[in-house]
Amino acid sequence: MREHPEPRGPREPGAAPSLDVHVRRGPVDARLTVPLDGVTVLFGPSGAGKTTLLRAVAGLGEGDGVAVRFGDEQWDGGRRRTPARARRTGYVTQSPGLFPHLDVRDNVAFGLHGRRWAGPRGRRPDDAGRAGAVPHADPHRRVLECLGLVGAEHLADRRVTTLSGGEAQRVALARALAPRPRLLLLDEPLSGLDGPAREALRTDLRSLLVSEGVPTLLVTHDRTEALALADRVAVVVAGTVRQVGPPTAVFDRPADADVAGVVGVETVADGVVTGGADGLVRVRAGGAELTALAEPAPVAGTHVLVCVRAQDVVLERSPGPSSARNHLLGVVRTVTPQGALVRVDVRCGESFDLAAYVTRPAVDELGLRPGVAVAAAVKAPAVHLVERPGPVRPVRP
Amino acid sequence: MIDWEALVLSARLATATTAILLVVAVPLAAWLAWSRRRWTVVVEAVVALPLVLPPTVLGYYLLAATGTRSPVGRWWYETTGSTLAFSFTGLLVASVLYSLPFAVQPLLAAFAGVDRTLLDAAAVLGRGWWQTLLRVALPLARAGAATAAVLTFAHTVGEFGVVLMVGGNIPGETRTASVAVYDAVQALDDAAAARTSLVLLGFSLVVLTATYALQRRARPRVLP
Repeated sequence: MREHPEPRGPREPGAAPSLDVHVRRGPVDARLTVPLDGVTVLFGPSGAGKTTLLRAVAGLGEGDGVAVRFGDEQWDGGRRRTPARARRTGYVTQSPGLFPHLDVRDNVAFGLHGRRWAGPRGRRPDDAGRAGAVPHADPHRRVLECLGLVGAEHLADRRVTTLSGGEAQRVALARALAPRPRLLLLDEPLSGLDGPAREALRTDLRSLLVSEGVPTLLVTHDRTEALALADRVAVVVAGTVRQVGPPTAVFDRPADADVAGVVGVETVADGVVTGGADGLVRVRAGGAELTALAEPAPVAGTHVLVCVRAQDVVLERSPGPSSARNHLLGVVRTVTPQGALVRVDVRCGESFDLAAYVTRPAVDELGLRPGVAVAAAVKAPAVHLVERPGPVRPVRP
Repeated sequence: MIDWEALVLSARLATATTAILLVVAVPLAAWLAWSRRRWTVVVEAVVALPLVLPPTVLGYYLLAATGTRSPVGRWWYETTGSTLAFSFTGLLVASVLYSLPFAVQPLLAAFAGVDRTLLDAAAVLGRGWWQTLLRVALPLARAGAATAAVLTFAHTVGEFGVVLMVGGNIPGETRTASVAVYDAVQALDDAAAARTSLVLLGFSLVVLTATYALQRRARPRVLP
């Protein structure tokens, strides 16, 4: 449809530029407004409509039922549709999509052409500080620069068909970044990779996104990826956006039952590794000390997200000797029945909130009420750590 | 003797037709392959007409369109002083039209088979329709382009009915090899017919073998 009411979302007056997307097509009716700042992860089960949203922002596919506003540019839904090639976005999909008839260098240079993007830089909020060189006066150097960013300079003269999955994906990233896009769109970029390649790229990707500072929209259905990469998370379930917020908020305090089912982890908190040996790691989170299992152990000082599933937490009146490595003393804050179980939120340490699922009889036996002192026991393997180079950026939710 | 004039004429006609058609058919086939509009099927049908219509019907319509009684034929006569029909140029026009489906269809199939994610990537990286066609789709559709060229060339060399009707059998101008053989048979000059036919056969075989060899090398690599 050509005319479409402008998508409205909650926005502070005088706020930095934001991206408004509204897609109404078939089973999908999703509206999303996020500031153009940091990494936003679209998280949800497969088929929820996340890819539809991303493609709409990129300008791919049909334009009907779509309204997209980037800052103050109406890309879709206004009088004229801005074609994909004019949006200055970067787009990376699950399959690298490299051009097989070109070598790596030519692939990365593909978006650098003519003087189209020379001259004044885009409207990225952090552009103001950088020295304003013309971006593509030297495409050759830019290609090597980008390959360096993704750790693939040694692949510059290889044929694309000889690359491994991980290598190809890195080249695809370099290709997307080369023309200095104003917005980076990543559609499950790690899904096609296996174990070690996946973890390596995940870590490198986070560092890359933080250092390049390009606003990014990343789609994934993998919880660890979302936690490792996001500055904010938008949960998409069955074609609608249910909740948007920092990862700790979304995973720790899901807005509704569907979101809770999708995110599946009840306690997510910021933490710092304080030490460890023999596969056991000590972490400090919100004033509480925890022992987790991690091989290889991250070095002391690493920022991590501490994740504990509520069903793995045992509550006791007083701590006693047991095999569990973690015994946290705290105070019950809320008791919420949820079907057959009861969710008990316990404040341990200064600000570490731990969620536990216990049965109704247990609640009665232990007399669990807000204000009661309890001890929470958690086994070391149940404390899951997600490494994040650099703390979670303090971005607007 | 071997009718070299007719053979050279056939070669000239086929080469010129193939060259023109590759320029015309590439964007046409790409548009048909990628357009979402539903009325492209009508265009596809029109393009495919020469496959179905008898050559004499085609020849009749082409004569009607290029003869001096038609607007196009009249304009041509006024501009150049000679008729469009029964001239090499007229024959070339007819040749391009009746070989059109042989160029368009293999290209269309090849373009339709190009991975859409590659086309999407090219678009996001800032390339327009033409750039995407020339820099991404065409290199990846090399085999289809080679097939189109081979079929167009071969079909043009082999055409007889339309050539006779539109060309008028003028030696050096419109008397192609296929027509020359027909003439020789009619004149009961079996030897001439045999010799010209043999050369034509040999030449066609060499050209076809060479182009199929090229086509084999041009097949896009399969990703591991």
